[in-house]
Amino acid sequence: MADFVLRALIAGMCIALVAGPLGSFVVWRRMSYFGDTLAHSSLLGITLGILLDINLQVAVIACSLVFAVVLIFLQRKKTLSTDTLLGILAHSTLAFGLLILSLSNIVQVNLVAYLFGDLLTIGTTDLYWVIGCTAIIALLLLFLWNGLLTITVHEELAEVEGVAVGKLHGLMVLMIALLIAVSMKIVGVLLITSLLIIPPAAARRFAQTPEQMALIASVAGCLSVGFGLLMSYELDTPAGPSIVVTACAFFLVSYLTPSLSGRRTQ
Amino acid sequence: METDCLVKATDICINFGERHVLQHVNLTVQKGQIVTLIGPNGAGKTTLVRIVLGLLKAQKGNVVKPADLRIGYMPQKLHVEPTMPITVKRFLQLGGRIDSAYIGQILQEVRISHLLDQQLRAISGGELQRVLLARALSQSPQLLVLDEPAQGVDVAGQAELYQLIGEIRDRHNCGVLMISHDLHLVMATTDEVVCLNHHICCHGRPEQVSVDPSYLALFGKKEAQGFAIYTHHHNHRHDIDGGIIEKKNG
Repeated sequence: MADFVLRALIAGMCIALVAGPLGSFVVWRRMSYFGDTLAHSSLLGITLGILLDINLQVAVIACSLVFAVVLIFLQRKKTLSTDTLLGILAHSTLAFGLLILSLSNIVQVNLVAYLFGDLLTIGTTDLYWVIGCTAIIALLLLFLWNGLLTITVHEELAEVEGVAVGKLHGLMVLMIALLIAVSMKIVGVLLITSLLIIPPAAARRFAQTPEQMALIASVAGCLSVGFGLLMSYELDTPAGPSIVVTACAFFLVSYLTPSLSGRRTQ
Repeated sequence: METDCLVKATDICINFGERHVLQHVNLTVQKGQIVTLIGPNGAGKTTLVRIVLGLLKAQKGNVVKPADLRIGYMPQKLHVEPTMPITVKRFLQLGGRIDSAYIGQILQEVRISHLLDQQLRAISGGELQRVLLARALSQSPQLLVLDEPAQGVDVAGQAELYQLIGEIRDRHNCGVLMISHDLHLVMATTDEVVCLNHHICCHGRPEQVSVDPSYLALFGKKEAQGFAIYTHHHNHRHDIDGGIIEKKNG
């Protein structure tokens, strides 16, 4: 197997592993639009990185994290409905990113690679970035799991019981931003959120507890990455869409199979 | 502050924009005492409870409670996200205590042991209220704060739920602050009633409040005559599944 495929495969698996639990939170908390907004804004990071001539991965991560903080702040202000706010930010940041990119003819940028992901662009340094960042997210998820779950079920109840709701919510948003930033090169800006949403959605029917759902989602995500990259390699299709189509196929299969766990009737 | 005083709110005022939601409200809950807040919709009951809990900050006035006070809170409503699979047991564990024996004991106390492994989404509204009560109890509370505990429960079930709350108070000797719509259903288990409509209209023992002119003005005579639904005697009662339990002699 070619080196670049192996690199993409390892990176993709790392992303899928943490996208399972993190994506489950995105599904439970109905934050999919939130993820989209973060993803779209990360293109602005690419643009700024090129303009300022700094490491693109660093630029994207920094931009995503800053943007996540801005979003958390704006959400607390409650001036606009979150839905409208996200709608404005998602598309204006994407538009700004594209506009600045097209105006600056310093370098020829392969825009399609960033929008839809490209296997060939995953270098060894990128792989280290992915492994490092996903390891951080995995550790945070492991340690904060109960707290995150508690605030997801009922925020005020959690607060009365002494859980640091604001801090945990902020950390969750930052984790999502970080994951999106590092998975951009593989899945692409426009399709990243689907890797957070589709595997947990597919896992939902087979799970009895939140932990089962997160775990099954991780497995489904890894399989999607595996088969997706295989398809991309064999048929020369773009990586992102191949992974997402595979994940979608898993979702359809799970949706159409009769529930394995059997409905509990009593 | 007296040693038996769990929480003391003094001169609480809060406005939402132009609306004066709470004006100069005082509230005290003692150890072993059940205080019931009643009042019409939008009277500021939930707002007051949120201020007592520390979820909301009053614009004027202060709330004094011991720093290490353990509070068991039962929110008005729990929206169970359809995409989240979670059993009653796991939900209760999120309160912080994870050992199964402890969870089992609490479920037994609120008489829903049979629901342990059920999905939270699959149980009825009345059962869900009891699960929320169990979650509040899992904090080994010194103060129980219940926001409309009987919501979505039928009348017979409501009477039983309030009786259960009285039993819990007796057993744990905790203070209880709860919100209710209906004075007559809670009369039997309440020590102190606070009738709230942005300000405190009247307060005192339930039988005093029920004849207080300001209470009658707020709820009307018709409501005040509703004693009938409560004072007739059943020769049996129903458990949570609807089964008939014969009344014990004595």
